[in-house]
Amino acid sequence: MSKKLVVIGAGMASGRMLEHLFDADPAAYDVTLFNAEPRGNYNRLMLSPVLSGEKTYAEIVTHDDDWYAQNDVTCRFGERVVHIDRDRKVVVGEHGELPYDKLVLGMGSTPFMIPLPGHDLDGVIPYRDLEDTERMMGLGAKAGSKAVVIGGGLLGLEAAAGMAAQGVDVTVVHIMGHLMERQLDPAAGYLLRKALVDKGITVMCNANSKEILGEDGKVRALLLDDGTELPCDLLVMAVGIRPATALGEAAGLATGRGIHVDDQMITSDADILALGECVEHKGEVFGLVAPLYDQAKVLAQTLLDQEATFVNKEVSTKLKVTGCDLFSAGDFAEGDDREDIVFRDPARGVYKRLILKENRIIGAVMYGDTADGAWFYGMIKDGTDVSDMRDTLIFGPAYQGGTALDPMAAVAALPDDAEICGCNGVSKGDIVAAIHAGATSLAEIKATTKASASCGSCAGLVEQVLGVTMGDEFVIPQDESICGCCDLSHEDVRRLIKSQELKSQEAVWQELGWKTRNGCATCRPAINYYLLADWPVEYQDDPQSRFVNERKHANIQKDGTFSVVPRMWGGITTPDELRAIADAADKYNVPTVKVTGGQRIDLLGVKGEDLPAIWYDLNQAGMVSGHAYSKGLRTVKTCVGSDHCRFGTQDSTGLGIKLEKLLWGSWTPHKLKLGVSGCPRNCAEATCKDIGVICIDSGYEIHVAGAAGMEIKGTEVLCRVTTEEEAIEIITAMSQIYRENAKYLDRIFKWVDKVGLDWVKEQVVENLDERRALVERFNLSQSIYRKDPWAEHAKPEKAETYRPLADLTLEAAE
Amino acid sequence: MSWIDIGAIDRIPDRGARVVRTPRGDIAVFRTGTAEVFATDDRLGDSYGPLSDGIVSDRSVNCPITNVIFDLETGQSSEGSLQTHGCRIENGRVLLDDSKLTAAA
Ligand SMILES: Cc1cc2nc3c(=O)[nH]c(=O)nc-3n(C[C@H](O)[C@H](O)[C@H](O)COP(=O)(O)OP(=O)(O)OC[C@H]3O[C@@H](n4cnc5c(N)ncnc54)[C@H](O)[C@@H]3O)c2cc1C
Ligand code: HEM
Ligand code: SF4
Repeated sequence: MSKKLVVIGAGMASGRMLEHLFDADPAAYDVTLFNAEPRGNYNRLMLSPVLSGEKTYAEIVTHDDDWYAQNDVTCRFGERVVHIDRDRKVVVGEHGELPYDKLVLGMGSTPFMIPLPGHDLDGVIPYRDLEDTERMMGLGAKAGSKAVVIGGGLLGLEAAAGMAAQGVDVTVVHIMGHLMERQLDPAAGYLLRKALVDKGITVMCNANSKEILGEDGKVRALLLDDGTELPCDLLVMAVGIRPATALGEAAGLATGRGIHVDDQMITSDADILALGECVEHKGEVFGLVAPLYDQAKVLAQTLLDQEATFVNKEVSTKLKVTGCDLFSAGDFAEGDDREDIVFRDPARGVYKRLILKENRIIGAVMYGDTADGAWFYGMIKDGTDVSDMRDTLIFGPAYQGGTALDPMAAVAALPDDAEICGCNGVSKGDIVAAIHAGATSLAEIKATTKASASCGSCAGLVEQVLGVTMGDEFVIPQDESICGCCDLSHEDVRRLIKSQELKSQEAVWQELGWKTRNGCATCRPAINYYLLADWPVEYQDDPQSRFVNERKHANIQKDGTFSVVPRMWGGITTPDELRAIADAADKYNVPTVKVTGGQRIDLLGVKGEDLPAIWYDLNQAGMVSGHAYSKGLRTVKTCVGSDHCRFGTQDSTGLGIKLEKLLWGSWTPHKLKLGVSGCPRNCAEATCKDIGVICIDSGYEIHVAGAAGMEIKGTEVLCRVTTEEEAIEIITAMSQIYRENAKYLDRIFKWVDKVGLDWVKEQVVENLDERRALVERFNLSQSIYRKDPWAEHAKPEKAETYRPLADLTLEAAE
Repeated sequence: MSWIDIGAIDRIPDRGARVVRTPRGDIAVFRTGTAEVFATDDRLGDSYGPLSDGIVSDRSVNCPITNVIFDLETGQSSEGSLQTHGCRIENGRVLLDDSKLTAAA
């Protein structure tokens, strides 16, 4: 029987340790995992992007239920361990005891709360976990909220920037003379302050907090010792952390600032091991993940009786205060024996400073442009003599030897042991080795080496290493900007429209720094779509930002005439409808009547000014626009199904009609075509559609991401369901998730290729809450957009716009 | 030449256009985001236009069929020049210069 391993704390460090353990020997231990937080392991480093709205919690989960199940981990989440009884070798949780053979402590640290009067009021919180993050996000939901952050270090500033992005009025109170004084010198601190002030954050340095004022047990304001009162609804204290030692101390383990461990991560009790922020190793305690990952590896090996030794390496900090580029490494205090090399570019807001001692770099601080950080850091570690390159040193590696400034050259110049991923300690050599072993993309590098898997800030560098190593075989993906009007990619713009709640074109132009007054023919249709998809209620669709087909609700033909395609729900029509179509074709001299590939009838060659009248006639016969011109729902193609066909397993026509009636009128990033076949013979060709359904004996198989245009691609199966209702719900959620996330003009297959089918499955199939929420948002949008544009444009005031403004043929002929 | 009143400015959509039918053929009358007005032929040869169906941004319009961009002030594009026509606003009315509106020979 395997031995019992109990782990206290499902954190960054213990999570990594478990990965190593299961990789090496999945059967060695029966693992039970306690976590005080009511959830498993997530990437704590990514809480700030969650706070600012750039990411969702689901995206930062590192180990999900499946992972724990696959590895047979017994999870006791939401349960704090209150006592360790070393004599009996049991841990005591809030809900009961559990014996162990080996125990691992990974409790992390406890945020330090300054014991100011009022620190225990409701609304005074630290910044450590998801609950804190959600508290801050909740504030953003209420207009006019105010927050005070005590502490101008990394965490405090991330909290401040995140809340400011949510529209909260934030003041940072910092006791020192400049921000992040431990990582930055005053000049970089100044630039950082300026960037934060530009984001609307108030920054008070040299400010001493005196008392937290409350009302009915809730925080009301912060009082400074000069008498200033800063009103707030929430007060975030981010002044430092203390290793969580209480549990170990009470059990009698040797403890200093943290729980003492040796080079094998063993505490003073041979059966108890510890790692992460709760430990002290050779007098050092920890606050960044990089060394913790090394500890995780060593601890896993120790558990398997393999020999391993933990060595604490010096770390550089690539800091990621939302939207500001910072880098600091080594020692940057001033001194007589030191020299500075400083470079400033005020126009770009760039500041770089190298600190030299005896011709060697001992420290580096950079703001605004941190691309060369890894190179400088390498030289600090190696103690490289820089006498030969002093004059050009500050311009980085690309400049050495007179070559042009080129980021690829800079990466090529890095030695193999240069660190690329600081979080996971992955060197350039490791990445190159992974490439030689067959990795060809960022995702594969991430999977094999973990580079860029934690905070993600090195992803660009990893891609450059791929580029340098693979040459032409690797094309560095560019987040291409939408057009010349702005520097942002579609993905960035979509994210910012949501997170900054931009609800009008003007807001987008202004807040995202558009270089043109009102966009161009490339960006405006995309922005118009993003706005109406994300803010269906608040934003008014702008016809002047649409291509002619969508503005005129008809397809323009090459001779300037239009085509008119009325809807035939699920491809079903009636004699009356056919008569009305025939009458309209006669009345308006329609030259061509064609049966389309989408199972309906196209009247081609209609003059622009006749459109409102022909629509009016078709409306009278009960027909509405088929949106054959739109980036929106086109058709739902069906076969006859169980109504008529001897093979049919379900009512495919009926389902098609229901789907079309539900989805019509919705705008999507690109056209959306569906098909429903009554059995796997697939007469409706559903398996090359954006969304397809194949009816089977046991229910419905839902397919997505097919293509039958310039590119041909069969669909992939999203899921199987038993009832028609569930099929409809999933298809609705699928449409909505595509509407909310895809880049304008990406069909579903292109978009799914980017985000991965697994993610889509998780959101629309597995996660019921998310599915329902998607359906709800879709329905909200449809309450506005599910209407017939023809009916509206056939009305006299709109119809007028289809005719000439004036006819001068008579007058001018006089 | 004379200026012909072709209608009220608010009958042309903001950042949009309307057509005026003339012996010369259709003329597109544009209104920009800053409420300036411009007039050009609606088509250039058989390949470009109707420009009144294009997307107006700043002082330019894109061809709805080819995406070629035309400058509204000069009529110029990478593929050739459109005939422009005088056009102005007076008391909320749009006036069009008729001097080039006679039927093309
Ligand atoms: C917002 C934020 C941003 C950060 N950004 C960065 C960054 O960019 N780069 C970087 O290197 N580092 C960053 N850090 C620091 C990094 O997250 C920590 O160094 C790391 O998470 C520590 O890992 P750990 O496993 O020791 O502890 P944790 O990840 O904190 O996990 C400890 C877990 O143990 C649980 N626990 C504690 N006591 C008990 C008990 N008695 N019983 C059961 N469970 C218990 C806790 O609830 C917690 O879930 C950031 C931290 C925060 C809060
Ligand atoms: C200006 C260009 C285009 C015009 C005017 C046009 C017009 C049409 C029309 C009117 C239909 C009938 C659809 C219906 O009943 O709703 C149709 C069907 C179709 N179009 Fe296009 N189309 C164009 C471009 C494209 C492109 C670029 C693709 C491929 C990427 C494409 C692929 C198809 C397919 C596959 C069908 C058949 C649909 C089915 O079988 O269900 N079309 N097109
Ligand atoms: S797909 Fe199956 S049910 Fe539908 S028509 Fe073809 S054979 Fe019949």
